[in-house]
Amino acid sequence: MAEIQIKNVAKKFGEYQALHDIKLTISDQEFMVLLGASGCGKTTLLRIICGLETATTGEVWIGGRRVDHLPPKDRGIAMVFQNYAVFPHLTVFENIGFGLRMQKLPNEEVTRRVERVAELMHIEMLLKRYSGELSGGQRQRVAVARALAMEPDVILMDEPLSNLDALLRMEMRAELKGVLAESKTTAVYVTHDQVEAMSMADRISVMHKGKIVQAASPIEVYRNPAAEFVAGFIGNPPMNFLQATSTGNGHWTVAGQSFDGPNSDKTLKFAIRPEDMTPSDTGLTATAKVIEPLGAHLLVTCDVDGAMFRAVLDSDTVVKPGDRLTLAPQTDRVRWFDPETTLAVA
Amino acid sequence: MNARLLPYVLILPVTLFLCLFFLYPFVLVAKQAFSTGSGFTLDNFSEVTSYWKFPITMRNTLLLAAAVVPIQLALALLMATMVNRMQRGRDLVLYVWTIPLGISDLAAGIIWLAIFDQSGFLNSMMSGLGLIEKPVNLLTFQNPGIVFLAIMLAEIWRATAIMLVILVAGIGLIPKEYYEAAEVFGASKWKQFLRITLPLLRPSLQTALVLRVILAFEIFAVVAALGGTLFPVLMGETYAYQFDLLNSGAAAAMALIILAISIGFTLIILRILRVPKGATI
Repeated sequence: MAEIQIKNVAKKFGEYQALHDIKLTISDQEFMVLLGASGCGKTTLLRIICGLETATTGEVWIGGRRVDHLPPKDRGIAMVFQNYAVFPHLTVFENIGFGLRMQKLPNEEVTRRVERVAELMHIEMLLKRYSGELSGGQRQRVAVARALAMEPDVILMDEPLSNLDALLRMEMRAELKGVLAESKTTAVYVTHDQVEAMSMADRISVMHKGKIVQAASPIEVYRNPAAEFVAGFIGNPPMNFLQATSTGNGHWTVAGQSFDGPNSDKTLKFAIRPEDMTPSDTGLTATAKVIEPLGAHLLVTCDVDGAMFRAVLDSDTVVKPGDRLTLAPQTDRVRWFDPETTLAVA
Repeated sequence: MNARLLPYVLILPVTLFLCLFFLYPFVLVAKQAFSTGSGFTLDNFSEVTSYWKFPITMRNTLLLAAAVVPIQLALALLMATMVNRMQRGRDLVLYVWTIPLGISDLAAGIIWLAIFDQSGFLNSMMSGLGLIEKPVNLLTFQNPGIVFLAIMLAEIWRATAIMLVILVAGIGLIPKEYYEAAEVFGASKWKQFLRITLPLLRPSLQTALVLRVILAFEIFAVVAALGGTLFPVLMGETYAYQFDLLNSGAAAAMALIILAISIGFTLIILRILRVPKGATI
């Protein structure tokens, strides 16, 4: 059983504060994705859990044991590196068995475990090859197999799919999710790719400027972003924002239209996802600027009240640049944000 | 200019230079070694190898190489690892460590002679500490061990840096991620050195060792300065044949013997440190 607890972890590189007071609990066998743009501190956090980096302050607990003073090998973890780090001078077999050899396991045990994970990752025919003779995807499989062979409590992954081409990435995404679920290990997975995060995670921790902005299930992060940053980061295209003015008692005016919203006398931002709108007789008045047919649907970039606004419409919609559209937001999908705190307002 | 011809045209000058000043003299030396004036003969070789000093010079040269090169290899590896771990002042340390490279081998020999000489630093220090009453002559035929040790020290001081420079460059090329992976998968620092650094350093180790071993068989000036005739080596004998005995045929034969030993050891080193087929390092 390996629950990970990160207690008030902060990290400074010289004067630069890479992580601010991170608190996070990852349950046993959970697939946690740390998602954020580059430089947000997600890899630093992963490396602190791993032990390749030490936190300036705070504690890391794995499986009820404080581990932040222990070397990586004593933490019950294994890691998949971004560039795979498959040793070029060892065969695939010796690469997968590297950790087991370091533990001085008997030969038969090493062979048994290596063969088992090689089969799991479909690389049993590559065991005698060297890394130079493998494709990127195969090397990726070796890196995962090497981590699985350790039978770790926790498997850490640092952008493991980022070096693969799009098609392979999609294939590996599903496969990795299946293999990890079966292995019953807790997984922490770092990525900047929101599709990867959404499709694989049990829970996503969205990170921004060294802080966890929101940690919730993918659908929760998508539907109910806790902050403006999350709303703007998740979703492709991201959420639309419009200026809203209070008319009192929870009534708001947005681009000349009335909406019901939270009871507040501040100025708020009205937010709606591009796909949560339908052309209708009443609603926001938009002027179409750019029309992008994407096959499954139509992406329309338009101007609403002087702000850029995107709508994902049915691909049969007939619209051309310059046309005026009336878009009706699905009212239960409207979200409100406080521009001062950037946090969501219920 | 034809793009296919251009590379050949560009290497033409250096090729001509090497043919004129290296290949041609080499052929002349080889011709000289295999002739005494009347056609092809092995007389020169039998003359030099049957001379009573030949086994001694051979033994001395090999002994010195065997004593010096492993120590230099270990030291160079240690120093290269240290330099690579340094955050600041790395270049300065590297420059200081490579200063001996800029000194000619004869000068290096004379520096160490100034230490071991009867009126040298070592004697002054020992008498200053009250260890000896009057200066002793250390580098005499009565102390062959000390002569050998002095030559060893001078060689180690003088020529370790050439290996160091090559190994520092080689270690710098090993991606950091391999060490991190090794650490995560349970390899101690020592195991990382054995299982990651050494194997991935093989190409650099090959170059460094080949270069160093060849130079070790060509040792001359340091020995001449410190040992004189007390410690005859192959290259010293070659010099003696050429300039003292004016027997250039024998000198040429000696030179070819040294070349053959060098080639032999080069092949052994390349074989031992070969990269397995298929592995890319």
